[in-house]
Amino acid sequence: MSLLSFSQVWKEYGEHVVLERLNLTVNAGEFCTIVGASGCGKTTFLRMLLGEEQPSRGHIRLDGHDLPDEPGPDRGVVFQRYSVFPHLTVLKNVMLGLELRGARFTGRLFGAARRAVRDQACEMLDSVGLGQALEKYPSELSGGMQQRLALAQSLIMHPRILLLDEPFGALDPGIRADMHELVLRLWEQSGLTVFMITHDIKEGFHLGTRLLVFDKVRIDAQALHAYGASITYDLPLARTPAGTIEDIRRHVEEEVPRALEAAVN
Amino acid sequence: MVETGTAEASSLRSSGEKGGHWRRTLVKRLINRQPGPILRVSLGMLPFLLLLGLYLAASHARLEANPNDKLLPSFTSFGEAVQRMAIEPSQRSGEILLWADTGASLKRLALGVGISALTGLVFGVLLGSIPYLRANLAPFVAALSMIPPMALLPILFIVFGLGEVSKIVLIVFGITPFIIRDLQQRVRELPVEQIIKAQTLSASSWQLMLRVILPQVLPRLLDAVRLSLGSAWLFLIAAEAIAATEGLGYRIFLLRRYLAMDVILPYVAWITLLAWLTDLALRLISRRAFPWFHTQTGGGGA
Repeated sequence: MSLLSFSQVWKEYGEHVVLERLNLTVNAGEFCTIVGASGCGKTTFLRMLLGEEQPSRGHIRLDGHDLPDEPGPDRGVVFQRYSVFPHLTVLKNVMLGLELRGARFTGRLFGAARRAVRDQACEMLDSVGLGQALEKYPSELSGGMQQRLALAQSLIMHPRILLLDEPFGALDPGIRADMHELVLRLWEQSGLTVFMITHDIKEGFHLGTRLLVFDKVRIDAQALHAYGASITYDLPLARTPAGTIEDIRRHVEEEVPRALEAAVN
Repeated sequence: MVETGTAEASSLRSSGEKGGHWRRTLVKRLINRQPGPILRVSLGMLPFLLLLGLYLAASHARLEANPNDKLLPSFTSFGEAVQRMAIEPSQRSGEILLWADTGASLKRLALGVGISALTGLVFGVLLGSIPYLRANLAPFVAALSMIPPMALLPILFIVFGLGEVSKIVLIVFGITPFIIRDLQQRVRELPVEQIIKAQTLSASSWQLMLRVILPQVLPRLLDAVRLSLGSAWLFLIAAEAIAATEGLGYRIFLLRRYLAMDVILPYVAWITLLAWLTDLALRLISRRAFPWFHTQTGGGGA
């Protein structure tokens, strides 16, 4: 079933139309990459998904309900910069979300609960390759390591949707390739739905199961802000969503043999 | 230009130089020249030594003309005065005056600055984080900060009497609005990405303030306190000058009547030293307690 749907969504700031007539349905487990020229509302789209901005018209629905109008733990995010907390060590950055969830008043856990959260965070950090940097502060990490940390910090909350706003835009090409591998692995393991904005069309094609292109359909030369951008291309890509592979495997390896067995008996 | 190259040498040179576009720097630009460590310290000491030399010369000249001159005392009379104030107990009260004065002044300063820092922290974080509170209180705080604190001193004396409270309240009134407004601004300068991120980690408003904003504002509070220490001393000395029975400001204003420059100048030097030490202590505390703040690129700095 569809996880997320946009129906006739517009976003305007006064006279300035940023997005118009946005219709989109996204299923759980899809990896949508988003490309488009600067100023075509990609970031506005992401901010609406976050709940940081509300649509001027239309509805965004998550699981059939209106999307909450503020950010929450069901939607994780990694920005290009400033995604991690500079005053916390790597380990504490990842523990933070679980501590906030576990201790509503103090925001800190103690004793056994803390140790459990700590172990969980260590495991998550190992899986993104930061197991050796637990006590470092983010300012001591390279750009790529900071983004790994930001990913770990988001994923430990097990969000439904992960939003990535040009997360690798500031990284060197070699490190970017490593990060692609990491993101794909995490996506396949977790069955997350991912939205990722990128400037790099190749990256968009390489990573996604679906490529969304944002562009303006109508342009008025006298009033450039009169018309907003919309989704002009919605391309399915070769990569298959993780859930689908699992479904097929189960079907072929378990259900079909069982059916055959039943037929034979 | 110094052109002494042989034919072979010039043929080896790059084509760029043949074009004549190179600027041959014989002397490095002034902005690119750095003094070595020894020279740096010597250059820094120079103005102090110059002032000292100037004072000695002027003092010597005046004392030669009139051995009873009180305006620029010799270092011998400074020594005697320090001996009288800092080592021997006073004949009248039995206290050692310099220490009694220092104790009284530092207590007022610490209380005033401490209360201001705490109030400033609480209100700065609240006003910086919560739009409703900001709309409600920021204009009021801005108006308060425009009142010249010294103009309130008579009112404080009337309301709180001439005792300790009015002096402390003057310091609090003088520096708290600045600290609140500075911290409110620092909170708002935190990247919005961090605030969003914390919400995606399920933070409530309270948790956000407690675990994300407050800890990041603490080193900035120390900076704000450092900047307001100068004003705090000003208000302290002004209040002591008008009504007190002990304190560094009280003492120098009292001795002004006797033209006792031999005590006043060492007192001023002592106050300066105390102010410098406080600043140094705050800087060291900040470095020790918030290492992350001082390694951040562009964050905080010195």
